[in-house]
Amino acid sequence: MARRQGYDGVVVTAPVSVPYERYSIETAHWWIARALRASLQAAGLKPLEIDGFTVSSFTLSPDTAVGLTQHLGLCPRWLDHIPMGGASGVVALRRAARAVQAGDADIVACVAGDTNHIDSFRTLLSGFSRFASDASYPYGFGGPNVNFALLTDRYMQEFNATREDFGRICVAQRDNALRYPNAMMKKPLTLEDYLNARAIADPIALFDCVMPCAGSEAFLVMREDEAIKRDLPFARIKGTIERHNAHASDPIQLRGGWTLDVDDLYDMAGCAPTDMDLVQTYDDYPVISMMQIEDLGFCEKGGAPEFLRSRDMTVTGDFPHNTNGGQLSAGQAGAAGGFIGLVEAIRQVTGTAAGTQVKDARRALVSGFGMINYDRGVCSSAAILEGTA
Amino acid sequence: MSDPLQPPLKKNPQKRTVSPTRPPEGRSRAALGLTAAAAEGRFALQCCAECGAVQYPPRDACSTCLSTELPWRDVSPKGTLIADTFIRATTSLYFRDRLPWRTGTVQLDLGPSVICHVHGDCEKGARVVLLNRLDRAGQGVLIATPEKRTPNMQDDPQLRAMSSDPNYRRVLITDARTPNAPALAKALRTAGAAHVFVGEGETWRPYPERAALESLGVEFLPLDVTDTSSVNRMAAEYGSKVDILINNARFLRPGGVLARGDTGFARDEIEVNYLGLMRLAQAFGPAMCARTGDGVNSAVAWVNILAATSLSNSPEMGCFSASQSAARALSQSLRGEFRSAGLRVMNTYVGPTEDDWHQPLPPPKVTANALARDVIKGLTDGLEDVYCGDVAKDMADKYRRDPKVLERELTMGGEA
Repeated sequence: MARRQGYDGVVVTAPVSVPYERYSIETAHWWIARALRASLQAAGLKPLEIDGFTVSSFTLSPDTAVGLTQHLGLCPRWLDHIPMGGASGVVALRRAARAVQAGDADIVACVAGDTNHIDSFRTLLSGFSRFASDASYPYGFGGPNVNFALLTDRYMQEFNATREDFGRICVAQRDNALRYPNAMMKKPLTLEDYLNARAIADPIALFDCVMPCAGSEAFLVMREDEAIKRDLPFARIKGTIERHNAHASDPIQLRGGWTLDVDDLYDMAGCAPTDMDLVQTYDDYPVISMMQIEDLGFCEKGGAPEFLRSRDMTVTGDFPHNTNGGQLSAGQAGAAGGFIGLVEAIRQVTGTAAGTQVKDARRALVSGFGMINYDRGVCSSAAILEGTA
Repeated sequence: MSDPLQPPLKKNPQKRTVSPTRPPEGRSRAALGLTAAAAEGRFALQCCAECGAVQYPPRDACSTCLSTELPWRDVSPKGTLIADTFIRATTSLYFRDRLPWRTGTVQLDLGPSVICHVHGDCEKGARVVLLNRLDRAGQGVLIATPEKRTPNMQDDPQLRAMSSDPNYRRVLITDARTPNAPALAKALRTAGAAHVFVGEGETWRPYPERAALESLGVEFLPLDVTDTSSVNRMAAEYGSKVDILINNARFLRPGGVLARGDTGFARDEIEVNYLGLMRLAQAFGPAMCARTGDGVNSAVAWVNILAATSLSNSPEMGCFSASQSAARALSQSLRGEFRSAGLRVMNTYVGPTEDDWHQPLPPPKVTANALARDVIKGLTDGLEDVYCGDVAKDMADKYRRDPKVLERELTMGGEA
């Protein structure tokens, strides 16, 4: 018998991605409203018909989910604000699913969105976390580029990974992004382009980094009968995990919290890594996608470079990965970066992914990773979604 | 080895002077413990008083046992450089002017991993020693250095950015007549100072240090710290050529309040020791603050030489020490005012010095050479507070332990 109760009878639906913009003069409130409205419209709902709401955003200050209820005219009986960056999407999903399952809410809208003003990235970095202000930003103020440069440097030393190995992930995602109309990056990328790109923080170069932008993403969680009544394509939630501050005594991050919970995830879902039709990892840098592929059981620790060398990560390949280009090619819209993979996965398993549709996609693994509080990402999460086809 | 520092090129008047900028300076209150230790050149981390776990980054509660007793203790600075990078892009204006910048992860032998600056001579994977230094924002930062000294190690640009090294810099000693002037000038020369100016008041009046200073090849400037127009005139002419200012001007007479019949000497003490500092700061401060980003010979430090009794007074030198306390208080204001430019105020606290006015006091006393040595060391290590001589160190320890107990000890009149 499984250790944890499943999410029977609860589904996720109405995925929305509001097209990203490099810089926006609008606010986070504006972007969140756009995504929420589109998601509600897809389900034929009015704002007062949802009774659960959760939001993730970095640029909403001084407001929180509370301020948004009044700003957007919502009257939820279940409200959450999830400040977990790249782990937010899956965490919002699993919390909302339990609320719906327990009857604390009937329909929960999960939204993430951020704006990107000129210079707002620098401002965001300056106030990101106490440990970062105290102990990482004074050392060159390179932001996450530096943290990931250090992790990547260590990963390359430990596991003999090469720049080409990371490049293959970026090149494949660019290929996928060319099929995704909302992607910020429209130009094809070759491995040669990748290797010759401007150095940012060795060994990180330009195409290892995401482009900060403005954008928003949303989806709805409701009971399956509700989705059927509204004639919505939906996905079932087969399993989820979440973990924070795992492996705190590791001298540098070479693994994430997924390792502690991965068996739980597949037990709950009743399937294995080989059953996945596509994988959406959190990809603000390719090294962290490799760690997720390892820690979520696709290969052993340190084996991702080798594993990926013999696989095709494009939409039409044998290991479809970040099928809409991920953040590396679609852009990183703040906390929406924690939703982009999940929202795309919902489209994939419901057969609504249009240009990026993976043929016969039924099961998707979505993984989240967030918050470089000091020297490493603190939050990890993952979910397995299954379509009804 | 580091490339030896090259003398600065003659300034091109058509090029912009690099604006004074500073690295990110925001810190939590807990993290200021690192700054406090760096000000004195110590490597200290929080250690849990209950379970002993060493903490980093600084915290308010132990991440092992949740105890909130986390005193700072001097601990081993040794570790291994497990990852490093050269930052080539940053949104910080300070670092943008200094790219590429080397940063790394050091695993301390004591457990925690730290992100730190990395000296150019550190090999990846090698053993390193962390130094706790003040950066140009005046905040404590860690820099990994090679375990064994390397040639020209102090010339590494990142390490130099965290020091006030006199090498290739131009220094003004404000008072030629103070007995420590020749020793300071000689030590600065030895440390590579490019030029030493010495202020000289009442130039017509002979004094014994003059010959020694002449033999050191210093440049004499007419400068009287009690005369505002004299100070302003010199600052207008030489202010942009002073990279380090050492204020050694001093007026001293023994005695407390009741030992003196009037306020005459006290007026002189305030005029030289307190108002003199203020005049110098008003005249030279702005020019120095404008040049803190100006390359190899950027303006870098303001040095005050203060009596250790400025921390806590006693009747032997009671009125003089009060003027020293006033100067010390003023220096704290100056730290705040110079902060935005990254100009460091280094206070050197000295015990009784080996000179006529301290003759009635018992040893140990500080010789001029010992003072000069500590000033140079303080500049080289980029310190903010230097305690020179056994008496000053002893007093600083007691002051930290309990200021009231120290006050009573100093005011018991030797009847203990």
